[in-house]
Amino acid sequence: MTDLTKLTLTEARDGLAKKSFSALELTDAHLAAIEAARALNAYVLETPDQARAMARAADERLAKGAGGPLEGIPLGVKDMFATRGVRTTACARILSNFVPPYESTVTSQLWRDGAVMLGKLNNDEFAMGSSNETSAFGPVVSPWRRRIEKKILSESRGPSKDVAGPDLVWKGMKTSEEEIYDTAKLVPGGSSGGSAAAVAANLCLGATGTDTGGSIRQPAAFTGTVGIKPTYGRCSRWGIVAFASSLDQAGPFARTVEDAAILLRSMAGHDPKDTTSVDRAVPDYAAAVGKSVKGMKIGIPKEYRVDGMSAEIEKLWGEGAAMLKAAGAELVEVSLPHTKYALPAYYIVAPAEASSNLARYDGVRYGVRVPGRDIVEMYEKTRAEGFGPEVRRRIMIGTYVLSAGYYDAYYLRAQQVRTLIRKDFEDCFANGVSAILTPATPSAAFGIGEKTSEDPVEMYLNDVFTVTVNMAGLPGLAVPAGRDSQGLPLGLQLIGRPFDEETLFTLGGVIEQTAGRFTPQRWW
Amino acid sequence: MNAPVRSAKLIKGATGDWEVVVGIEVHAQVTSNAKLFSGASTVFGGEPNAHVSLVDAAMPGMLPVINEECVRQAVRTGLGLKAQINLRSVFDRKNYFYPDLPQGYQISQYKSPIVGEGEVIVDLADGTSFTVGIERLHLEQDAGKSLHDQHPSMSFVDLNRSGVALMEIVSKPDLRSADEARAYVTKLRTILRYLGTCDGDMEKGNLRADVNVSVRKPGQPLGTRCEIKNVNSIRFIGQAIETEARRQIGILEDGGRIDQETRLFDPVKGETRSMRSKEEAHDYRYFPDPDLLPLEFDQAFVDGLKGHLPELPDEKKARFIKELGLTAYDASVLVSERESADFFEQVLAMDGGGRRDGKLAANWVINELFGRLNKEGRDIAASPVSAGQLGAIVDLIGEGVISGKIAKDLFEIVWSEGGDPRAIVESRGMKQVTDLSAIEKVVDDIVAANPDKVAQAKAKPTMIGWFVGQVMKSSGGKANPQAVNDLLKAKLGL
Repeated sequence: MTDLTKLTLTEARDGLAKKSFSALELTDAHLAAIEAARALNAYVLETPDQARAMARAADERLAKGAGGPLEGIPLGVKDMFATRGVRTTACARILSNFVPPYESTVTSQLWRDGAVMLGKLNNDEFAMGSSNETSAFGPVVSPWRRRIEKKILSESRGPSKDVAGPDLVWKGMKTSEEEIYDTAKLVPGGSSGGSAAAVAANLCLGATGTDTGGSIRQPAAFTGTVGIKPTYGRCSRWGIVAFASSLDQAGPFARTVEDAAILLRSMAGHDPKDTTSVDRAVPDYAAAVGKSVKGMKIGIPKEYRVDGMSAEIEKLWGEGAAMLKAAGAELVEVSLPHTKYALPAYYIVAPAEASSNLARYDGVRYGVRVPGRDIVEMYEKTRAEGFGPEVRRRIMIGTYVLSAGYYDAYYLRAQQVRTLIRKDFEDCFANGVSAILTPATPSAAFGIGEKTSEDPVEMYLNDVFTVTVNMAGLPGLAVPAGRDSQGLPLGLQLIGRPFDEETLFTLGGVIEQTAGRFTPQRWW
Repeated sequence: MNAPVRSAKLIKGATGDWEVVVGIEVHAQVTSNAKLFSGASTVFGGEPNAHVSLVDAAMPGMLPVINEECVRQAVRTGLGLKAQINLRSVFDRKNYFYPDLPQGYQISQYKSPIVGEGEVIVDLADGTSFTVGIERLHLEQDAGKSLHDQHPSMSFVDLNRSGVALMEIVSKPDLRSADEARAYVTKLRTILRYLGTCDGDMEKGNLRADVNVSVRKPGQPLGTRCEIKNVNSIRFIGQAIETEARRQIGILEDGGRIDQETRLFDPVKGETRSMRSKEEAHDYRYFPDPDLLPLEFDQAFVDGLKGHLPELPDEKKARFIKELGLTAYDASVLVSERESADFFEQVLAMDGGGRRDGKLAANWVINELFGRLNKEGRDIAASPVSAGQLGAIVDLIGEGVISGKIAKDLFEIVWSEGGDPRAIVESRGMKQVTDLSAIEKVVDDIVAANPDKVAQAKAKPTMIGWFVGQVMKSSGGKANPQAVNDLLKAKLGL
């Protein structure tokens, strides 16, 4: 039997329908792959028993012809989503013992449609991070490695002296053209690093993510996967551990645009338990893939040509634009003048909301408690030990910007900037632009530990192209579009009108068609 | 703020007169089946933590959803306070840590409350009235309860109240004495109870007050205020104000300075004491709650609620005076509790439709019924005499079937034994004698037997009273007093 984990979600769905394999076989193949890939640290909790039970139930429904749109499809779930009876930690020490008695709306909709849960995926602590290095479970290792050299090898049986070294390994010896990879471990991006790595490494057919400032799109770009942050209000936030309520959105990761579209259809929808979710019909997103883009106006925002942008990213962006143009779209330069204020404003709004959202982790009712002499000492010890440095930093920033005397200068001003950013996009779309094309990230994936320096802003700069989209509440799709000189995948971002995810899937499909798919060489 | 000085309210100090200035924040629990942002029950009592939803316990990922009935109740209350209703308001988070505050913030309304300025007309015992400005009314969540006396080294938390809807009703600093403050809270409570938006039960903590007190020399700018937190009875509100005003006057007259602070009133010791100073005050870091959209509704929603508001005490009082000819005092007494007013109106209403005499009915409800209830410490709801029975007694008087005196006996019988008043009058022969010939005979007998009194009466017509008394006595009180009077006048030639 072919490796079932290499299938796309769509292919797996067809195979299940044709009874080429069972849901249980499909799930077992993934469970085996997960077990073999523990070096990646993508899953923080594997749920094989639950997965097999769900797969068996799926097989029964499939046998009766009563399967849902995701019947028997094994998925991974970011640990930000509450899963009933299954430990949900947000990869935070303070929630390390938390087992929710409820299921998030988004995941319950996936199970409603027949999907199978393989386990919980690693992420930055409380989704605060851009590299998955802040997780209490340790960093996720990207399945991607940097290519050092691509050369035609001689028939020699061992590494030649000039290329071999402690950091180098041979990747196979059988063909004449070989690639030599750096063993340095790379980050998969964050905060949904586990989701991105698991999808890229074939440890699930798709995964859920959450995106507050780029936490789906940046790791998707780093791992050559497709990720979409839908319009704010498209997916219910109920049962997702909150980071910044006005920015958080759930979205899927998949290996193809169509797969992401299929997943989003199940995840999206109105939820009366979330006041900010929008009561609006959920379209058949997959039907948008493959539609013509002829005549669509694609905005190329000049302000995204940031200082110090690498030539590779600039080139990728141009190539992406050319792909869309070749398919019949029209390219127009647009201006989003307030872009440069987005990142600083984001790093006020998001920590402000986080400082309040995380106040509930006080050791009183659930989660980790560190005893103290009195209630204040208990709070202090619990929160000092329960939160990691990055979370503590953001709580401090958020508390500061909301303080009396600083509120107007920081929080209020940031909200005003947010209004201007939203208006930039509105003006752009009012001029007939269907979607905006930008790079997804300023660079390819970096090494673990490379950016955990004294200056956290260096890490924050990863979000420079993605935060605007959250600030404006718009949908944003990251789609792989090429590789850098070291063979690492690079992604482009498509930004759409509110609730026009369909256009993003159509355009993303064009880029995918042209650029092809990107799969890491298995080394783990 | 330069409200007129009401000189009668001034407090005498060693250095002259002082004026006390009071503003009150009333926290009124909204009458609703479910909490403000969760579906959990608001029933009082029950085992600790029996009425706690996932939202109330602030579990990860839980979100608040506004209870629309609480919104309607707040709007109704705003209308009852003749206040501005804001079609758009915003819920904010008030951030602070406390074990009975599971979210680490209280959802409240800070900059944009649901109700703006309004007013309450307050009647004082001396028959005068004054107006208290309402600054605002906003919706907010109640906290849970910390229990410190259940365990030697630990505190327990009961979240049953956590998330219950409160209306915070903030008055302007328009009150000038403890009496005025008591009267204001009493009136506000009455309005809330009429509206059915808060049961006003202070014993259960369903209505509590934070009292802001400052003092100044008349005509001077406002002094520094202290806030006395969580006063839970109308009597204590008065005591707290008097105590705090005297404390502040004492400090100022000794050359001291008032520090703005939050204080607690200890009714046992009869003192207020510092809870926290301004420096220790929390920085609540208010900001709009991103989990909730701004609360918006249209004027039609407000008008719909307005159309179904009950008649409020001021309107009812005016109607009683105008339509029934009641005195302002009687009308005030009757409307002071919705249940009393309802009872009175039931006494007024006749079975077939018509209406009984208002003054007579008011007299009987206030003097006989309320008097008796007060004496026995009973509530109107526990009255042994129903509105129907009292109405029947009033009818018997009005029809001349019984005299007022007999009516009191009848009331006693109905009070202690129950029964249909008309049947009792019939069966016990309590009917008033209106047969003129029967009365005439009695009159003739008494006139004949008392020639000396007749002579005196001719000289001094008020002596007729003696004859009336004799006739009534001899008829067992059943003679119609008017008929007796008329006959005597004729017989004595007066």
